[in-house]
Amino acid sequence: MCNQTVGLVAAELERQGISTVSLQLLREIAEAVRPPRALVVPFPHGYPLGQPDDPAVQHAVIEAALRLLEDPGLSPPVLEEYRP
Amino acid sequence: MATLDELSLPVRLFLKAYRWRAVDPVPWTLLRRPLSECRLALVSSAGFVAPGQEPFSDSVKGGDSSFREIPAGADVSALTEYHKSWAFDHSGVLRDPNLGFPIDRVRELAASGRIGSVNPRHISFMGSITAPGRLMRNSAPEAARRLAADGVDVALLVPV
Repeated sequence: MCNQTVGLVAAELERQGISTVSLQLLREIAEAVRPPRALVVPFPHGYPLGQPDDPAVQHAVIEAALRLLEDPGLSPPVLEEYRP
Repeated sequence: MATLDELSLPVRLFLKAYRWRAVDPVPWTLLRRPLSECRLALVSSAGFVAPGQEPFSDSVKGGDSSFREIPAGADVSALTEYHKSWAFDHSGVLRDPNLGFPIDRVRELAASGRIGSVNPRHISFMGSITAPGRLMRNSAPEAARRLAADGVDVALLVPV
């Protein structure tokens, strides 16, 4: 349910002029809900940024998400896979 | 990627039958300036509350759609998690709240210049909301209004 909640909040932020990027744990839910800009991560539920106490991986995931924000060639809805 | 197969049978059956709310049309805001000049806010659905804040309720029918504001200077070890779903393993976010609310990482991004600044407040939802009507009508627009009023350019949203 978290994936839907995040997608719906992201849509509202975009409507109000804020660029968003959402992490998503389940591709099939992301395809159904359609957050504006999303990165599907290869981690289990409860672990959206990889492992606890692993800042390097956490940064790598966030960096991949930020790059979606910087790509002017994308059009909504964006659903990209995180590739370590 | 997480898969439905890792969830228990009752949860899988619920999710298979659930009518997902599709965002349509999909709104779209392009970045207005380089990220190094942007103000960033986090939106987490991990159900964290800061010290002194009201816990999320686990008894609201359809899910507690309220949100908490987490100050940018929050010590993640002082946050308490009130996510009501036991469909996922909570041990990771309990050990390192940055997994669901990566405020330490965001502060590091600002320190390195990758982003311009960290918004003074961030938004925490409890994502287990099966009836999202109130979320869509009330709390999500209100959270967005607050962040827009702060001058937030970009938001990173993290589910658990």
